[in-house]
Amino acid sequence: MGSEIHDKFSRPLVAITGCGLVTSLGQGKEENWSGLTQGRSGIRGITRFATDGLRTAIAGTVDFLRPSPFSAPALAIAMAIAAGEEAVIEADIARVGSFPGPLYLATPPAELEWPQRKSLWDEISESGSTGYQRLLAAARGRKHEDMASLFQFGSVADHLADRFGTRGLPMSVSTACASGATAIQLGVEAVRRRQANAVLCIGTDSSVQIEALIRFILLSALSTRNETPEKASRPFSKDRDGFVMAEGAGALVLEEYASAKARGARILGFVRGCGEKADDYHRTRSKPDGTAIIGAIRKALLDAGVGPEEIGYVNAHGTSTPENDKMEYLSLKAVLGDHLARTPVSSNKSMIGHTLSAAGAIEAVFSLMTIRTGKLPPTINYDMPDPEIPLDVVPNAARDAAITTVLSNSFGFGGQNVSLVLSSP
Amino acid sequence: MRGNDHENEVWITGVGLVSSLGEGAEAHASILSGEQPCAARVDEATFAPYPVHPLVPLTLSKQIPKNSDQRQMEGWQRLGVYAAGLALEDAQIKGCADLLDRMDLIVAAGSGERDTAVDCKVLEMSGASDSAPLRASEILPSALRPTLFLAQLSNLLAGNISIVHHVTGSSRTFMGEEMAGLSAIDNAFQRIAAGQSEMCLVGGAVNAEREDLLLAYELGHNLWRHSFERIEQRAQRGGGFVPGSVGAFLVLEQRRHAERRSARAYARVTTVGTDRVRRTNAEANPFACVSNLIDETVAGSTAAVFSGASGVAPVTAAELAFLDELKRRAEIEYMWPYGNILGHAVEAHFPAGIALAALAQHSGRVSRTLLGECPGRFSSVDRIIVTGVGHERGEGVAVIDGIPTRGANGI
Repeated sequence: MGSEIHDKFSRPLVAITGCGLVTSLGQGKEENWSGLTQGRSGIRGITRFATDGLRTAIAGTVDFLRPSPFSAPALAIAMAIAAGEEAVIEADIARVGSFPGPLYLATPPAELEWPQRKSLWDEISESGSTGYQRLLAAARGRKHEDMASLFQFGSVADHLADRFGTRGLPMSVSTACASGATAIQLGVEAVRRRQANAVLCIGTDSSVQIEALIRFILLSALSTRNETPEKASRPFSKDRDGFVMAEGAGALVLEEYASAKARGARILGFVRGCGEKADDYHRTRSKPDGTAIIGAIRKALLDAGVGPEEIGYVNAHGTSTPENDKMEYLSLKAVLGDHLARTPVSSNKSMIGHTLSAAGAIEAVFSLMTIRTGKLPPTINYDMPDPEIPLDVVPNAARDAAITTVLSNSFGFGGQNVSLVLSSP
Repeated sequence: MRGNDHENEVWITGVGLVSSLGEGAEAHASILSGEQPCAARVDEATFAPYPVHPLVPLTLSKQIPKNSDQRQMEGWQRLGVYAAGLALEDAQIKGCADLLDRMDLIVAAGSGERDTAVDCKVLEMSGASDSAPLRASEILPSALRPTLFLAQLSNLLAGNISIVHHVTGSSRTFMGEEMAGLSAIDNAFQRIAAGQSEMCLVGGAVNAEREDLLLAYELGHNLWRHSFERIEQRAQRGGGFVPGSVGAFLVLEQRRHAERRSARAYARVTTVGTDRVRRTNAEANPFACVSNLIDETVAGSTAAVFSGASGVAPVTAAELAFLDELKRRAEIEYMWPYGNILGHAVEAHFPAGIALAALAQHSGRVSRTLLGECPGRFSSVDRIIVTGVGHERGEGVAVIDGIPTRGANGI
């Protein structure tokens, strides 16, 4: 059995001592929480690039941070720094530049973008080589250090490790749309095996770029409600038509509870358990019987040592795609059973959109704030309930409720399923 | 951190290796032990001026039976799924539903492959320099194959391994060039040593025969652009790496779990250490973690180093000088940059080095022709230290020891 500083399995308890946020609703927890609990949407028409002729022209972009020169990795870094600083300052664990533990980072794959590819192309005269030979000749011609460093997969982690002074090898993880939750899971495991007393977990995503948008459009994954952007993300509604791409970052400082207590840290909550299960059915769809999602949720409850009836609220993955919301409901029903009818389940994505690699981290922070403030954020745009998904989605308006334990779900392409259990101090 | 706990020792029970030299554990083991001659296979023509180590031809259906699965992947994913299948087969886990259901999957991945013809079409049709995004939005929606978006996502190598081989306990993909491979091995080792995992399928794959991959590394002038030379020579002439197509997967398994199912073990991973030194800081020593671990582990043993040096200057020159110094002081017996035969496999390079070390431990001898000496001379194998120093960032080391003789502990 557990002691005050251990869980039921005699592992060190993992406390949350700081967190930070950036989403399309704004920068910082306060602005975000106020927007979220007022039911405000951060979704709008895309202005970053021309969307003429594209089926989807809306997103939850973060336009108030504008790194120069602009690129997706530069924005990912800027958002991660903003969220990370808020978390480290709140944890009051060290100077922002000398974090006493490792970095676990959820970040999207980095690739050369069209403006850069084109500028490279234009460096060499037309009469010379063609195709990629021309790009390679330009690359050979002079060193493009800035481009090279930004568009390597390790670059975002590298910048953040320098900025925060984290220890050891910064780990960049991708489990697609579950990455943010995986970053937290990596941190929890490191603390539990006493590899670190403190870890910094960050999820960041800046994928609203022309090619990523087109690719998601081609997968028929996105909402096309361009006329009413704020109404486009409608998780669990009968007329939901896809997710809305969005940007943001979430950061958490996790610490071994005993050492956090010893240094007099304010304990905001605990990560009680993490569960993970891979699906082998299809690259973008989950098994029709939901066994992989069910497996992830069950493993999270088991790891946390809590029963289904102890879950007071579910922060849903709730993407607003026809497929996800139905499968998530069926899986929750399978695990929580009759208790689901008494359990509020809402989707932050109805307001902030789908922040992809960052979603698990951002939604873990929102889950913690739900516990700390006793207020359930709503699922907005819930005008037409889907009769096949009979859930208390906290429709359209926030609600007061004393919650001690939250289940937060994250699922991703490639059969990635991760669930977290967070609880009050 | 060390796997001190006897039961939680980290054993290597499966090796799946595919490269320019051949496919499978045996093919690579026979090169290491000198039964097969070793000459690096290099293609200097196709991507001139960049030499690459081309992948040996594979019969994909042996590991990826469904054509529909093959069509959903690009080269790096097919290579990775193939190597992962070999590792599972080698560990006698392939097809064992209950084991696969519990097995943890850890992949080191880079970017997926681009459709270079579509890229060039967009660029050719773009006029003013700011119009590329506009052309992209006109051309890409009809030119791109939707399914191939999935071939571009880093975590879809893992996704395809789950689908084809049914490894579904958990699935994590690490990114960051060489740091991806270091992170993957580190994470597998730490979890097993701490009792957080019983067995992991861990590795990565790189398809070097791609212009978009070459472009990504040539932007920072990291590639070797002359006729092929060994890493030691390249480091003295400005440096650069020669990419190699490699798929490298390992089954790492908790000793107790391996013994319970009577698994054959090649070697054990005694220690893994990783770090990232800020190399812009002139005072910083990128080999601090390597040298600390070597200092701790070489005492009382005859160690050899399988170096993961890429060939990129100045970091490779510094690593080789550091290792030469250890050799001069007789702290190590020899040093071998294994990229000389595989090429540099970036994300998959560290896992590949550990795979080679495991094979060498198992056969018990290493041919000194690998070191450029005359045929017929061999070194016995005691302890092998595998280094992984990223061409730009990230450093790590793994210590690979033999399995203690069975019987001594009543095993």
